[in-house]
Amino acid sequence: MSTLVIAEHNNSALAPVTLNVVAAAKAIGNEITVLVAGAGCGAVAEQAAKVDGVAKVLVADNAAYANQLAENLGLLVSDLGKGFTHILAAATTTGKNFLPRVAAALDVEQISDIIRVDSADTFARPIYAGNAIATVQSSDAVKVITVRGTAFDAAAAEGGSAAVEAVDAAHDAGISAFVGEELAKSDRPELTAADVVISGGRGMQNGDNFELLYKVADKVGAAVGASRAAVDAGFVPNDMQVGQTGKIVAPQLYVAVGISGAIQHLAGMKDSKVIVAINKDEEAPIFSVADYGLVADLFEAVPELEKLV
Amino acid sequence: MKVLVAVKRVIDYNVKVRVKPDNTDVDLANVKMAMNPFCEIAVEEAVRLKEKGVASEIVVVSIGDKKSEEQIRTALALGADRGILVETDENVSSLTAAKILKGIVDKEEPQLVLLGKQSIDSDNNQTGQMLAALAGIPQGTFASEVVVEGDKVNVTREIDGGLQTVALNLPAVVTTDLRLNEPRYAKLPDIMKAKRKPLDKTAPADLGVEVASKVATLKVESPAERSAGIKVGSVEELVEKLKNEAKVL
Repeated sequence: MSTLVIAEHNNSALAPVTLNVVAAAKAIGNEITVLVAGAGCGAVAEQAAKVDGVAKVLVADNAAYANQLAENLGLLVSDLGKGFTHILAAATTTGKNFLPRVAAALDVEQISDIIRVDSADTFARPIYAGNAIATVQSSDAVKVITVRGTAFDAAAAEGGSAAVEAVDAAHDAGISAFVGEELAKSDRPELTAADVVISGGRGMQNGDNFELLYKVADKVGAAVGASRAAVDAGFVPNDMQVGQTGKIVAPQLYVAVGISGAIQHLAGMKDSKVIVAINKDEEAPIFSVADYGLVADLFEAVPELEKLV
Repeated sequence: MKVLVAVKRVIDYNVKVRVKPDNTDVDLANVKMAMNPFCEIAVEEAVRLKEKGVASEIVVVSIGDKKSEEQIRTALALGADRGILVETDENVSSLTAAKILKGIVDKEEPQLVLLGKQSIDSDNNQTGQMLAALAGIPQGTFASEVVVEGDKVNVTREIDGGLQTVALNLPAVVTTDLRLNEPRYAKLPDIMKAKRKPLDKTAPADLGVEVASKVATLKVESPAERSAGIKVGSVEELVEKLKNEAKVL
């Protein structure tokens, strides 16, 4: 029994969500190997080797893996993965993209977005936008799994001293190419990794008014999110969307401002430790999940909040 | 070029899902069903490609029981040319669906296969990627823009940090995300016309696929309910509670 964890990274640093995936791997209980596939990704491998609980790090350093193209990564992981009983990746847009190709190549099913490990073959995962939780048992020879990072407490980034081994494998399917990327630049923490998240909804009325939230966020080191209504209305870009079809967050404190609380939004934030809702409509469904509700005009309450925190 | 669109019949996205009292599954008895919203976006994209003169024929396929014919007819009313129902009463896993679709792809030889990125029932987000792997072709998942240029398709993808664009050799698989387009509604005359469009029926066995799964569902439960807390009277009180009671500030 052995587990292969596919590291998520940008060729220079290990993404924090990898630590949550390692935590899920620890719960399964096997010896853990981490694969770092990228180009010029030696620093990532060194970071991965220090993660607590990791026994071995494989590094596939080749131009073919520079941009995590699913076609190339799928070939590499299905080739290396044959020797393992479990293959885990984060349920991020990267993991969701390449891992089903691995499962199909190995002729096994994939178990998506697990939130709990019951045993080496039994896992819990949300279905129907989180309105039901299914417990599933796999009898496939290799369990191919994506992990919802926020459901597992991160493994310690330091404390391990795994051996690093280079993998000499260049799988270039030659059928796809990376053209370009537009990544949102922000000094604020990443939504899925932040301790405090402040989100705005349709009640913000326009994109400029999100400035009110940015000011509070910058005072408390929070990330800023949005409801789907705010994104669809064009107030803010889609990578800020919190919800079943956007990002799933579970911070210590979630502040929902001008958000009514549609099911699809709740599915993305209801595992937050403390939820605060600020809304002028006291009937808004968001209040039914909020630990602290404030019925108020956000344009008065948020500037006041900025002064007091 | 020929475009294949896969659609799935699922619970209507407006319906509140309830878990059966015996915890074996969710209760779908007498529940309104509809085309999966991401599949609607896939159909719309195919129709737009045909309107632009890029697509010459749109074939729509669904896997499911007899009632899935309704969703195929909906797609035909929106502009698809013909339909294929792969009929089965069994629950079909993503891997099995991908194998069935691979069988259809082998027969139809489309240049582009459009699917929703996930269905809103099982939320697996796997079928398109698995189909692409089985067919040995590239994929553009979570698409927010699809541009066909010669023998390639450029797909802009919604990724966690923003947007990414990839160039794929055709044939290719594209899975749709929410912002790719806004699906239109079918017009009544088109709904009438759709009834006369060809709809072939086949079965998984005809395509050499056995419907089986090595993942068993042991139980289905309602998620832990979060109960409402308290209402505070002012921002001052809120900040005081967050600092001293919840200790999160």
